[in-house]
Amino acid sequence: MEIRDRDAGTCVADNGFCPDWIADNLDRYVDPFLQHVLLTVVAVAIGFGIAFGLALLGYRRRWLIGPVTQVTGILYTIPSIAAFFLLLPITGRGFTTAEIALVAYVLLIIFRNVLAGLDNVPAETKDAGRGMGLTERQLLWRVEIPLALPEIMAGLRIAATTTVGLATLAFFAGAGGLGEQIFADITFKSNVVVAGGLAVLLAGLLDALILLVQRAATPWESAQRRARPGRLLARRRAVAAP
Amino acid sequence: MSTTLAFFGEFADAVEFIFDERPSPAGGADVGGLGEIWELAREHLQLSLAAMAVACAVSIPLGLWLGHIGKGGFLAINASNVGRAVPSLALIAFFVAYLGVGFTNLTLALVLLAIPPILTNAYTGVRQVDRDTVDAARGMGMTGAQIVRRVEWPLALPLIFGGIRISAVNVVATATIAPLAGVVTLGDPIINVNTYGDEGRLAAAIVVALLAVATEVLLGAAQRAVTPRGLKLEDDGRAPRLAIPIKRRQATT
Amino acid sequence: MSRPAAATLEFREATKRYPGQAEPAVEKLSLTVPAGEICVLVGPSGCGKTTAMRMVNRMIDITEGDILLDGESVRERRPAELRRQIGYAIQQIGLFPHLSVAANIATVPRLLGWDRERIRERVDELLELVSLDPHETRDRYPGQLSGGQRQRVGVARALAVDPPLMLMDEPFGAIDPINRERLQNEFLRLQREIRKTVVFVTHDIDEAIKMGDRIAVLEQGGKLAQYAPPAELLMYPADRFVEDFVGADRALKRLALQRVRDVDLWKAPLVRIGESTAEARAKLADSEVPYPLVVDGDGKPLGWLSERGLAGERVAHELRSDARPLLDMDDILRDALSDLLAEEAQYGPVVDEHGRVTGVLSIEILGHALRTDPEEVPSGADAL
Repeated sequence: MEIRDRDAGTCVADNGFCPDWIADNLDRYVDPFLQHVLLTVVAVAIGFGIAFGLALLGYRRRWLIGPVTQVTGILYTIPSIAAFFLLLPITGRGFTTAEIALVAYVLLIIFRNVLAGLDNVPAETKDAGRGMGLTERQLLWRVEIPLALPEIMAGLRIAATTTVGLATLAFFAGAGGLGEQIFADITFKSNVVVAGGLAVLLAGLLDALILLVQRAATPWESAQRRARPGRLLARRRAVAAP
Repeated sequence: MSTTLAFFGEFADAVEFIFDERPSPAGGADVGGLGEIWELAREHLQLSLAAMAVACAVSIPLGLWLGHIGKGGFLAINASNVGRAVPSLALIAFFVAYLGVGFTNLTLALVLLAIPPILTNAYTGVRQVDRDTVDAARGMGMTGAQIVRRVEWPLALPLIFGGIRISAVNVVATATIAPLAGVVTLGDPIINVNTYGDEGRLAAAIVVALLAVATEVLLGAAQRAVTPRGLKLEDDGRAPRLAIPIKRRQATT
Repeated sequence: MSRPAAATLEFREATKRYPGQAEPAVEKLSLTVPAGEICVLVGPSGCGKTTAMRMVNRMIDITEGDILLDGESVRERRPAELRRQIGYAIQQIGLFPHLSVAANIATVPRLLGWDRERIRERVDELLELVSLDPHETRDRYPGQLSGGQRQRVGVARALAVDPPLMLMDEPFGAIDPINRERLQNEFLRLQREIRKTVVFVTHDIDEAIKMGDRIAVLEQGGKLAQYAPPAELLMYPADRFVEDFVGADRALKRLALQRVRDVDLWKAPLVRIGESTAEARAKLADSEVPYPLVVDGDGKPLGWLSERGLAGERVAHELRSDARPLLDMDDILRDALSDLLAEEAQYGPVVDEHGRVTGVLSIEILGHALRTDPEEVPSGADAL
């Protein structure tokens, strides 16, 4: 796929960074960008659904944590680009294959963060909840999950930014995205800067968006920060993935 | 049955590719066989090791120093946030477009990729050392250098290894697209599928996956080996850990 | 508001055995708490007092025996439904950090499906009951409150649906001594109004004597060593264990059984700045207190007058010292004594709820109270 007309001036012919060319050709990046958004959002959403469910199971049945961590850890370790081709004989080329690999990658990140968030809920809060007659289900949805939100959202942020990066490789599985644009003409500075820049921008936007949602969903955290500026809760950090 | 499980055949072909040479579908020299896979793997590992060596040499001292003086936390913590947001493909493409192809340029790109997790973890590793411990060390008359060497370094070591592990797995994975920058690694059969054929591509994917898992397992074992006994006792032992312990909150992906 | 009668609570050989442990945590505990009384479970750590309390709302399940609430076995109730009818306050409070004060208090009313308006009214009523300003506190988060305020919210939350029984596990344990004393007094005052049956766990014998209508002293392994009103416990400890636990200063502890309002106070020689010194001297002669106490127009104490204040024709503004410590009618004598000693004062003005002087408490009065048999005076909360 040729993305440029090499007679279009010296800047373009010299692989340069050409604002004019960029302005004229920006529209060719729209579809890959949207594909990229779709790849990322779908992967994070499905990954969240699965990992959240696994974390809830692990929270109640602790023996599950070990095996789930091992399995998702291996999925996390297998490079996405290898995963795309390992899946090829089974699921063929296309969006589905790319999604399976991307989802597999984010499971561990989200699983660990949800679990850490739930484990960080203070014991006395749970005790008080039970003592007042909340059932286990009510305790989970009304107390434990809301209080785990900061860690859960931190996990989502890591998952989203990571997935934007990995989705640049999704074109190897035939799923398009900004990576396909980069790959199409890797020596042309204008192309690399625009396509790569859009990916970085998307990662930043998603990160900021999730952060805003988190702020809106956890008003007590900011109220507390205002009340006691020096006493930020130490536990509000994302958990490392391996 | 034979159609639904046809992919077994493809995997069998790929495994065969690893062990036996065959003519290239594009003509010319033969492809495949242990000899060629080993050549590709060696280049893959050389590139990864070179990048990791430089990244460690830069980020470990920097992280220890920032952690010791307790400054630059914003930089050290956010290095990995920024690092995560820059896709590896974009980074390599940027280097190719601006600096050109070749082993040195590519190594530099991978170094940039590898630095953030190690830097963040080295910094966090030092900062998470109990300030009372450091205070006690100072009270006993240790100099700054002695505190770093005898207290902060050993206690930060497990986290630093965690960072190295994250980076190494990432670098090994990213070295797969090195052929885009003119370095012939295990990614070559993946990117130049016309030369190697479908079974060559699948074979490369298998070997890359194994290499990444081996890196993870090996460095995981190393991380456990460098964890001081006292810290192991503190671990609640709740879950077998492929990753950095949950308690070490600020470490990075 | 109509009030459900407080419940009678009965432990019937209630026993808790943990698997793999030879000794039971609580062994055949039998005692009855009459409706509307505070029963304090007290004992050294590991004596099973918290376990005993937690068996009541089935946070811990009973192994053998039974616990009856108004004659009905708690073992036959569904735990969640049972707990919604029993107030629950713990030392760490356990407020929900993600919910406003109002939402915290509304937890159980919401579980029971009360309508919005009723919940809103009840929340404000409860906040006032625990001396918090509804307008100011309602919408705040627990993280924005002080420790004492949080504890009050915790008590309000436990009282939300007006439960006939309250379980309180060291509810004031994490509060500094000054605020703890204030919260204890507030709770006793509150109890005078609401008359709940309360099971109150503490390891502090002084708190037990102050708060309890009855005290159950537990020893290691959850065995009941003695169950008696505070005065009886102090006068006639059942055995060496109780005697040691109560402490050698039993006599002094009896001061906790009486309140300032229970003793005969001395009449205060009250003078106002500007009144004639002759009149002031006459008042002084009429009182056992050797110094005139200067008060303002409302009868609030300003300080003790010095000799020079009486030198002229009119009482001059010459104070020898502040009117500290200021004592409250509801203070227990032990706290009053400690306040006097802390200020190195012989005499302390006693004020009523409006801050007006009603009399003077002296070290001498306290000495007299120490020699009195507490059997003759009503105990703890009954005195109120």
